[in-house]
Amino acid sequence: MTALSPDSKPRLAAGVRLGENNQQRVLLMPERALRLNGPSLEIVQRCDGNHTVAQIVSELQQLYSKAQPEKVESDIRGYLELLQKERALNFE
Amino acid sequence: MGPRTFAGCVNAMTNATSNPLALIAEITHRCPLHCVYCSNPLELTARAVELPTETWSRVFREAADLGVLQIDFTGGEPLARTDIVELVRLARSAGLYVNLITSGLPLDEPKLDALLAAGLDHFQLSFQGADEIIAAEISNTKSHTQKLRVLEWLKSRRVAVTLNFVIHRHNLRQLPEMLAIAESSSATRVEFAHVQYYGWAFANREQLLPTRAQLDQSLAFFQQAQQRLAGKIRVEYVVPDYYAKYPKPCMGGWGRKLILITPSGEALPCHAAKIISKLQFDNVKDRSLAEIWANSSALQKFRGQSWMQEPCKSCDRREIDFGGCRCQAMLLSGDSAATDPVCTLSPSRPQVDSQLTSINNGLISAAVTATLDANRQAHAAPTPWRYRVNPT
Repeated sequence: MTALSPDSKPRLAAGVRLGENNQQRVLLMPERALRLNGPSLEIVQRCDGNHTVAQIVSELQQLYSKAQPEKVESDIRGYLELLQKERALNFE
Repeated sequence: MGPRTFAGCVNAMTNATSNPLALIAEITHRCPLHCVYCSNPLELTARAVELPTETWSRVFREAADLGVLQIDFTGGEPLARTDIVELVRLARSAGLYVNLITSGLPLDEPKLDALLAAGLDHFQLSFQGADEIIAAEISNTKSHTQKLRVLEWLKSRRVAVTLNFVIHRHNLRQLPEMLAIAESSSATRVEFAHVQYYGWAFANREQLLPTRAQLDQSLAFFQQAQQRLAGKIRVEYVVPDYYAKYPKPCMGGWGRKLILITPSGEALPCHAAKIISKLQFDNVKDRSLAEIWANSSALQKFRGQSWMQEPCKSCDRREIDFGGCRCQAMLLSGDSAATDPVCTLSPSRPQVDSQLTSINNGLISAAVTATLDANRQAHAAPTPWRYRVNPT
């Protein structure tokens, strides 16, 4: 697996996109759909090939300033790893 | 928002939803291939009664309104419909995630570009094996070289690609070569599906069933491939349920997650349900999809648990596998409300076991099967296949 280094830039893979279902944002991909809540939507919206992992972490730490910064970082990494395992991300 | 929200970040779509999640659009039964395991019914739908573009268009909008997330364009060969690009465009603009499940046969680069421009999300290319010889034997058509050409076209285009390999006794020895085709393509997903025995596959069952040794080897192969390719290619596989201890939760439960529309507009819970002759299917020409989903007598027939007999009725697994497959119960026991006969708790299980015994004793090992295959290729002796025909 590609290492999730702080300067790698995740981008949603081909055939992976945001959708909407019953007023709920979802991430659509081959034979799968993930429901997106506030933070996961914020992460996915930054997987555009322009944001580095470090930038995503720092932006969300600001956005969720009441949460522990380390916890925010480890949750983001966990979520990106899940997306990677689903083959939903490329890294640039 | 606090950190607790993060813990709930990842929730896969659960099965608690009451609306269908996927619409299987069997838009035509016409197909240039004649695969011996085709999942279409033996009685195919004629071109003359295929739904027009406008009706499909309404069905797509109704599906999206009902909460359906994705559509699978399948057939037959969906590219055999001359309006396929328009159908893709209509489905995508209705808000659906669009899959195309195709043999890649009636396709060229301009058509591929038109499909992508129309909003195709996911291209699924089916394979009969790893070379032209096996592909020709299984599909009674020359198709393999064209599939490899399509894979080359896909490499330079932005679309999700899955390769679907249907596997059985006569091509299991090619698993490494099949995986190599996937690895040299732009696929992010590969599916190895052991044949399920309905329709044409049921008619060719004795020829297709793998031996126990072949099955075990294939499972070891898939697990190793999953580990090695993690993060690169999602490797998924479907086991033949004749060898399982318990039945599969067919379609995620009858009328629970999926709805299939036939070329002429009938709403079915699955590909095979028409073999249950007492069912009355509603047609999308007469009713809305929402109305059909809620009220169709065929979709209600085996929903929930009230239809169950023993041993299902009091079984701990009834919420896990929903009694297995109704069509298989019909095919093997003659009673569509019986426990799926592949279940080791079913009184009809000895029928399945006797099939397996004859396969495993008749063909001592995978090595023998391979020798037989080699002999057949050398001497071109005809195999008693029953090839899928084409509708009128």
